[in-house]
Amino acid sequence: MTHWIILPVLLPLIGGLLQLVVRNFGLSLQRVLGLFLAGGLVALGIKILMLAQAGDTLVYELGNWPAPFGIALVLDRLSAMMVLLTSVLALAALWYASVMRVDEKGSHFHVLFQLQLFGLNGAFLTGDVFNLFVFFEVLLLASYGLLLHGSGAARTRAGLHYVVINLIGSALFLFAVGALYGAVGTLNIADMAQKVAAAPAERSGLIAAAGLLLLVVFALKAAMFPLYLWLPRAYANASAPVAAFFAIMTKVGVYAIIRVHGTVFGEEAGELAGLHMPWLLAGGLVTLVLAALGVMAARGLREQVAYLVLASVATLLAAIGLNRTEALAAGLYYLLHSTLLAGAFFLLADLIRRSRGAASDRFDTVARIQDGRWLGIGFFFAAVALAGLPPMSGFIGKIMILNAAMEHPWRWLVLTCTLSASLLIMVALVRSGSFLFFRPQEMALGEADQSGEPPKRAALWIIGSLLVTAPLLVLFAGGVMEFTTETATQLQEVPKYIEAVLEKPLTAGAR
Amino acid sequence: MEVLVATSVGVMTTCGVYLVLRASTFPVVVGLTLFSYAVNVFLFSMGRLKVGAPAVIDPAADSYADPLPQALVLTAIVIAFAMTAFVIVLALKARDELGNDHVDGLGGNLSDDEGREA
Repeated sequence: MTHWIILPVLLPLIGGLLQLVVRNFGLSLQRVLGLFLAGGLVALGIKILMLAQAGDTLVYELGNWPAPFGIALVLDRLSAMMVLLTSVLALAALWYASVMRVDEKGSHFHVLFQLQLFGLNGAFLTGDVFNLFVFFEVLLLASYGLLLHGSGAARTRAGLHYVVINLIGSALFLFAVGALYGAVGTLNIADMAQKVAAAPAERSGLIAAAGLLLLVVFALKAAMFPLYLWLPRAYANASAPVAAFFAIMTKVGVYAIIRVHGTVFGEEAGELAGLHMPWLLAGGLVTLVLAALGVMAARGLREQVAYLVLASVATLLAAIGLNRTEALAAGLYYLLHSTLLAGAFFLLADLIRRSRGAASDRFDTVARIQDGRWLGIGFFFAAVALAGLPPMSGFIGKIMILNAAMEHPWRWLVLTCTLSASLLIMVALVRSGSFLFFRPQEMALGEADQSGEPPKRAALWIIGSLLVTAPLLVLFAGGVMEFTTETATQLQEVPKYIEAVLEKPLTAGAR
Repeated sequence: MEVLVATSVGVMTTCGVYLVLRASTFPVVVGLTLFSYAVNVFLFSMGRLKVGAPAVIDPAADSYADPLPQALVLTAIVIAFAMTAFVIVLALKARDELGNDHVDGLGGNLSDDEGREA
């Protein structure tokens, strides 16, 4: 048993406590420590990705209690990928927060940030449903604090909605977990998959109800129709690095669906196999269309980017709902692309907002942006990538999802929804780009608004380094797709997962 | 006893749903609290209802209560307690900043960047 698996959970926890200790020595020390910790987490993420790449499902039994009696951490390709993705996004968001001094607008930013990472990594690595609930609560509690960071009335109102709806989600999570435990008598995901497959027919109704209730909870986190209404306002009103970091939060819901439902209701689950799939596909497609309409209707850039996040999650849910290995692999590729790009777009929107002074990020015709050249180039780049136009990664991701959808009975519906949503998103982004960058210069040439601040060079570099992942994902699309295909294949091999977690000799952890 | 426990979970959840759908923050907080009570009783009953059976090993016992739901309920109580405290403070903050206790903060000054640049 290797101890590497628990380090991505321990490092941010210890880091968060350290941040609390060094609080009195000033923000600059906290910044350095935070960046150091986030950098360390990226290195750890690469290390565990290499461990997982060998193809085995690695299990870490906490306190050496064998699963299913103790809590097990499970590392496979998907968890390693999510941990690395989170740490990369966290490094960029934290760096931006330090450069733009967002962290001085309230207390405990760095502490909450590390604890948020603790919750996220724990959720990605755990192999136990109740432990997943606990890590969800950790990451949610940290996210409440981060969302409200910097205060302001609009933020408080959005925060109140976010907190209340997530508390209801937590209550439903417990109902679902309790019902599953009552039906099959275990909380370990692998053991649950085994017990569900062997459950007597008269129990299947209860198990299906609990499984779908759990799907409601995860769909709430992932913001699937009709549970997405909290997202646009919360994300549009959060401070920029927090909103950028929250691009991973919806993906936690998606991850939980893949992990829990994909394992427990996988192919071996008998009559309950794939019970979540039609809901995911239908919900994903409806969300996609509504998100595209939201992108069209948004009155400010940040609201628009929030709807773009929603659109990317919807595409992802639909890709999972197609229930094919190729679609899942393409979806995971799309997940990498959309998380990094959405994070970059939120940071970019913040720079644009700052440089427009009093007009903020509203789509009004105002005086022109000072020094807007790099902002405009960045916007163009991000818009092309997120709208899914060639030659960026969004295009490759989408075309592979659609390719995998061609054998599904709903293929025409999938094609229509995805393509019309892409068209709407593209039109909306073209319109907002011309509002922000072209039209002001015609109308108000010479009377530049002095209240805006020109973008900081360092902030542009951070955004650039996130944006550059789009062409990189295209250049290395072959290798990345190979990895995501292996990941998707591993996820479909539920018996191997069960075997890895449960059928270990009792002394395997003794070393 | 099954009927009593099932009814109490049902009634508490119903009241919780009703209160959470109210328009001011205080009933919403009370509704969330009722939700967490209902969840706790529900989780507890999922270990099967047994009277007088020990949860830890006792040589004299002929049957055992399931200890796991009890541990889960403890965790859930602690988390719900912290969350209730947080949401009360947040509701007070919203009451303070928005000028009323409506969940949508009616009439409050919602200018986008207030407090951000200050």
